[in-house]
Amino acid sequence: MENFLEVNQVTKRYANHLALDAVSISIPRQSIYGLLGPNGAGKTSLIRIINQITGPDSGSININGQPLKPHHIGLIGYLPEERGLYKKMKVGEQAIYLAQLKGVDKATAKKRLQEWFEKFEIENWWNRKVEELSKGMQQKIQFAVTIVHQPELLIFDEPFSGFDPINVNLLKAEILALRKAGATVVFSTHNMASVEELCDDIALINKGKKIVEGKMHDIRMHYKSNIFEVILQDLDSVKMSQLSDNFNVQKTEQLGENIQKLNIQADAEAEHNALLRQMLAIGKVISFREVLPSMNDIFIQLVQSQNTKPNGSA
Amino acid sequence: MAAHKISLIIRREYLTRVRKKSFIIMTFLGPLLMAALMIVPVFLATMSDIGTRKIAVLDDTNWFVGRFENGDNLRFSYVVDDLDTLKKKVFEGQYDALLYIPATQLNIPSNAELFSNKQVSLNMSSYIRNTMRTEVENKKLLASGIDPELIKSAKTDINLVTIRMDKDGGEKKAFTEVDVALGLFSSILIYFFIFIFGAQVMRGVIEEKTSRIIEVIVSSVKPFELMMGKIIGIALVGLTQFLLWVVLTIGIYGIFTLAFGTSPDAQMMGTSGTLMTQQLSTNQQVDSAAVMQVFEVIDSIDFGVVIFAFLFYFLGGYLLYAALFAAIGSAVDNEADTQQFMLPVSLPLILGIVISNFVVNNPDGSVAFWLSMFPLTSPVIMMVRIPFGVPYWEIALSMTLLIGGFIFTTWLAAKIYHTGILMYGKKVNYKELWKWIRY
Repeated sequence: MENFLEVNQVTKRYANHLALDAVSISIPRQSIYGLLGPNGAGKTSLIRIINQITGPDSGSININGQPLKPHHIGLIGYLPEERGLYKKMKVGEQAIYLAQLKGVDKATAKKRLQEWFEKFEIENWWNRKVEELSKGMQQKIQFAVTIVHQPELLIFDEPFSGFDPINVNLLKAEILALRKAGATVVFSTHNMASVEELCDDIALINKGKKIVEGKMHDIRMHYKSNIFEVILQDLDSVKMSQLSDNFNVQKTEQLGENIQKLNIQADAEAEHNALLRQMLAIGKVISFREVLPSMNDIFIQLVQSQNTKPNGSA
Repeated sequence: MAAHKISLIIRREYLTRVRKKSFIIMTFLGPLLMAALMIVPVFLATMSDIGTRKIAVLDDTNWFVGRFENGDNLRFSYVVDDLDTLKKKVFEGQYDALLYIPATQLNIPSNAELFSNKQVSLNMSSYIRNTMRTEVENKKLLASGIDPELIKSAKTDINLVTIRMDKDGGEKKAFTEVDVALGLFSSILIYFFIFIFGAQVMRGVIEEKTSRIIEVIVSSVKPFELMMGKIIGIALVGLTQFLLWVVLTIGIYGIFTLAFGTSPDAQMMGTSGTLMTQQLSTNQQVDSAAVMQVFEVIDSIDFGVVIFAFLFYFLGGYLLYAALFAAIGSAVDNEADTQQFMLPVSLPLILGIVISNFVVNNPDGSVAFWLSMFPLTSPVIMMVRIPFGVPYWEIALSMTLLIGGFIFTTWLAAKIYHTGILMYGKKVNYKELWKWIRY
């Protein structure tokens, strides 16, 4: 079975707008999948449908090869964007309660939660009330509660908001560890840096439609504009000026004495090696690499180009 | 699985509330307040009758010399002195009070003044007023040649015993006042129960929304399960509190009875009894007959039906309204925004309580009938009617309609709740709610 989760032609209409318009995505097993899109694109609607909080108007969802049914709730761990805890309840008692709602028995829940609490170094908060804790502390508890029933599919909606950089790293490490242990992770975020760092696959949604989906590397390759970054030492200025005849030198930057960084755009058919050979003639090549567009650039470019089209079709 | 989850929710809703300080305080304060309502008047009455009051009587008309009889608590001495000197003596504490009856022009006394340092007791002033009135009336009668004794013997009190006949020829002594008291008391209890615990449901829903835990929970359980779990859990809290109140009230009542060697009821009857002896002794027989009748009527009320109906309407009314309160809670972001929706929901209940005062006068009228069928008012109105005796078919129909109403409001509320709990930062109006219902 290739895909752990398959969303087929899901449409969801609210009274005044179309939240999802025949969206299909496939989430490979044991991958980290980024669900991207601007605010109001329909990400949360889709996530809520996967979590069976709301139902789709049409379309179907398969999880682990079976049509999605209420009993699959236990397979999914969901950390929503709008998250919180009962303020007046004690931390441990509350965490056990939430785990029990996911179908874990009390003793197991307690044992696992205590392990997680130790791992996160929050075990002495067990008997404190939630309202006494800082937001970051609450987020850690929330994370532990999301994974306590050992779900096979984890859905994180803006997981890093509210965390300091140290805890963000802790969380990233945990997410990678969970994936390694067999979990499939879905990520919904605006934080493109973390997407580039973690995700294997992505889907971009805008105005209820899927614009693009695939391996992140493939997408970046697809949207690349043949820009190369070259760092040269002791460059020959005469040969350098000739370079402009064949290539479009976008940017030069003096990095140090006799060291320059060039951004060069080549033709689509340009040979990497041919370009490199030319560079070797100009000076001493310190580094040579093709610049792939950042997910941020692709995101902005795709969303803007879709928004300028009158009927929003891609 | 689903049943297991609902029971988890019920357990949490119940335990977090029962463990609260406010619950424990209310549980003990409630019966104390109730007991205080019964005990304090008796206590005060006992207190005020302690000690003897000396009253100086300065009678310028000379009509009442020797007419005031010395009792256990009141001692009258007839004095002839200057008014100011006597006032001074009262002030110095030689007398507790000074009764001054000034002479009148027509020589028929119609007013008098009672001076004292402290507030005079109701007992004292009413005894003085009654004695003077009887004396003046008797004098007037004698002046017109009528023997006051004749009038006295002509006075008759009618003890009207109302007897309700039922179809199978049985007869029951009816005593409207008892029915009224029982009906109004239970309907007011239901009214408060619905409001207090309905509001708790609403606040619970708002709490889950504002703390943003709601989406975490509805990814594990269905919104409907969460709503029902909350409603049932809080109902159990209400029943627990009510039960504890009953037990504690009986307990406090028992302790009082042991401590004072008499029950508050007997005390009260005793006090009013002595009061009456001092007044018109003829009335007492009638009174005790009435008391006997009250007990007879209490015996005649079908408490099985009343208690069953009370519990049914208590819970049925709560369930019906709690669903609506949950819907309101889901539609708003904070408690301040609930006002616009609270009014139409609470209006039928308030109307019911207002109309119940008319219903007791005409418990079988058509207004009473229809309002006791309409599910939004039946919990309050039917409870007023039941002690008067309501045909079983009417009770059955009303209960069926209440169950139907409960199912309807729950269905309606679930629709609003389902959408509302995940909606933030939106001012919701009725048009919006209507959209949610049609989703």
